[in-house]
Amino acid sequence: MEPMRQSPSPCSSRPSSPRTLPCETLGYVGIDAVLDQLKIKAMKMGFEFNIMVVGQSGLGKSTMVNTLFKSKIWKSTALDLETPIPQTLKLQAVTHIIEEKGVKLKLTVTDTPGFGDQINNDKCWDPILGYINQQYEQYLQEEILITRQRHIPDTRVHCCVYFVPPTGHCLRPLDIEFLQRLSQTVNVVPVIARADSLTIEERESFRRRIQHNLRTHCIEVYPQKCFDEDINDRILNSKIRDRIPFAVVGADREHLVNGRCVLGRKTKWGIVEVENLAHCEFPLLRDLLIRSHLQDLKDVTHNVHYENYRVCRLNESHQLPRGPGWVNLTPTPGGPPATPQTSKLRQQAQDDSEDDEEC
Amino acid sequence: MAVAVGRPSNEELRNLSLSGHVGFDSLPDQLVNKSTSQGFCFNILCVGETGIGKSTLMDTLFNTKFESDPATHNEPGVRLKARSYELQESNVRLKLTIVDTVGFGDQINKDDSYRPIVEYIDAQFEAYLQEELKIRRSLFSYHDSRVHACLYFIAPTGHSLKSLDLVTMKKLDSKVNIIPIIAKADTIAKNELHKFKSKIMSELVSNGVQIYQFPTDEETVAEINATMSVHLPFAVVGSTEEVKIGNKMAKARQYPWGVVQVENESHCDFVKLREMLIRVNMEDLREQTHTRHYELYRRCKLEEMGFEDTDPDSKPFSLQETYEAKRNEFLGELQKKEEEMRQMFVMRVKEKEAELKEAEKELHEKFDLLKRTHQEEKKKVEDKKKELEEEVSNFQKKKAAAQLLQSQAQQSGAQQTKKDKDKKNASFT
Repeated sequence: MEPMRQSPSPCSSRPSSPRTLPCETLGYVGIDAVLDQLKIKAMKMGFEFNIMVVGQSGLGKSTMVNTLFKSKIWKSTALDLETPIPQTLKLQAVTHIIEEKGVKLKLTVTDTPGFGDQINNDKCWDPILGYINQQYEQYLQEEILITRQRHIPDTRVHCCVYFVPPTGHCLRPLDIEFLQRLSQTVNVVPVIARADSLTIEERESFRRRIQHNLRTHCIEVYPQKCFDEDINDRILNSKIRDRIPFAVVGADREHLVNGRCVLGRKTKWGIVEVENLAHCEFPLLRDLLIRSHLQDLKDVTHNVHYENYRVCRLNESHQLPRGPGWVNLTPTPGGPPATPQTSKLRQQAQDDSEDDEEC
Repeated sequence: MAVAVGRPSNEELRNLSLSGHVGFDSLPDQLVNKSTSQGFCFNILCVGETGIGKSTLMDTLFNTKFESDPATHNEPGVRLKARSYELQESNVRLKLTIVDTVGFGDQINKDDSYRPIVEYIDAQFEAYLQEELKIRRSLFSYHDSRVHACLYFIAPTGHSLKSLDLVTMKKLDSKVNIIPIIAKADTIAKNELHKFKSKIMSELVSNGVQIYQFPTDEETVAEINATMSVHLPFAVVGSTEEVKIGNKMAKARQYPWGVVQVENESHCDFVKLREMLIRVNMEDLREQTHTRHYELYRRCKLEEMGFEDTDPDSKPFSLQETYEAKRNEFLGELQKKEEEMRQMFVMRVKEKEAELKEAEKELHEKFDLLKRTHQEEKKKVEDKKKELEEEVSNFQKKKAAAQLLQSQAQQSGAQQTKKDKDKKNASFT
């Protein structure tokens, strides 16, 4: 029962958007100072970003992360003969605070060693999906508390970079399965790893085939077409979508080329410069992830993926037996909780509950 | 499903040094670009008596003519009138909502004047809370109508706050950011103004009214906020008319004895108000509303609905458990009531049955009684009939005997007469 309907004011006490009248100011008021205020507030609070790298071992994930953020986030894993290949998929997360020009960023990188390394890789995406859902669950728990914190710590995975091995043919069944499931829960950016083993033409054809595979299996990778807000976004994002997946090379050693110090991989036949667009597409990946779309990645995670998770969770909560679960708090106090609306939702809820069955 | 994650604890967060330009210093710009495309919402509530200059001040603040007709003094109660406008400056779009209190301070009995205002503010919080609690919600495209700032217009009496002001402000201070201002400040002389201001501030403090504190924790704005707070409450003059001063036009009020310039800092505090409200603290006002006032409302509302975070053993409760418990309780009560009603019904039925049975018995008895009486009567009547018959038969016998006698007598008489006649005849002969 909305109390505002009982309010004594005869005219609408809730202003609705269609009634806004556009007005012109006859002089400078100073409204645009709010942008600076926003910036100051944001810089004071700092930013958070959580990225997950998924791919088989040996594809250069750790090196790529180090190159992206120009620091030793991970020690590059050199394959020891003594360390056994991990039997189960165990996620490792590491958090750092990096600062640039007064902007503080709390970066969390989650690695997935052991992904796709076993002989039987059936359901190897389950731990990853479980981890992602666990972060959503944590955020949901915090958000629904009565006394909640001013700023809820955000550990949700904003971006998942998927490393496709450079076979040159097309996506493997494991890739397709994984991408299908993950693109519905998180922003996925597929990249062609170790692209220095492919020539430019091979890269192009590989890319086209991958794009064709993605279209055939209806896999929506980031930037998703359905979230383009206006024509500018669409133009910008189409250019990006045309080049996905980026063919990248990672390196954390510096070499001297023509008097400049560049990051690159030195081989007998030349030096592959990481930041050279003619050599590989690493700059495109970096620009997408960090310089232009970081905030957008966070927004899509928060407004779309997290909301989807929340809807499923709240809808299925009354089907769970007594235990941790969430309740439909739409304004019918004392009434029975609402039943799930569509069968599609039930299907998705069932998928989620299958994933959570070991909860 | 808890996935085993090797994650160092928070204390091990270390600052990493970058060996090159990564590029995330554009993050604040990315954030700001996002916000500009969405536009900002800002809602101001103006509380003050009719005719104190609320609409004029809004016009002056935002340099626009918001169309509105002045209110009359005949309002039966306090009413809130909200209007939304869209302002654009450079590339910033502002959705401004101005809420006016119509009829405030006009009634003879002002006991309930504050109530519509509090209800309006609560209604906006409630709307936001409902949206937030929905299953399918769209918070990022939600038009935020919560009141971000409340400008309280104090009448320029020169003495002190009115009791209505104190009561209203006390009711509002935990729900909204209050910025008190002295309206029509051109009626107060400078020395009186200083005394008036300190009197107001001391009254507010002694009555425990929490007005909005300009934030002083951020170095860039701390200084300007600190200097401005000293001048609270701001003594403002509003005017939309322009007067030629020197060689330019300025907003001012023209009197026969002089011209009061609105934007002259030595004439009034209008510029300070505009600085504080719009240019420096707009974002902070919005944030305070969301993180302090709204959270307080939300907490109270949810606790009222019966939800708790932890039970006395400090095991975290989930809302589901509380809800289930409440639901079971409710159902149990319903069941109990049902049982009670059923029992009562059964009892009543029994009672009615007993009553009916008794009535039946009575009827039977009556019937028997009647039958008996009837039979008795019948017998009596039969007896009487018999008697009567006897009498009749007696009478008949007597009649028969009498008739016989009579006939005998007649015969003998006839014989006598015949004899007589014969004698006579004989005598004659």
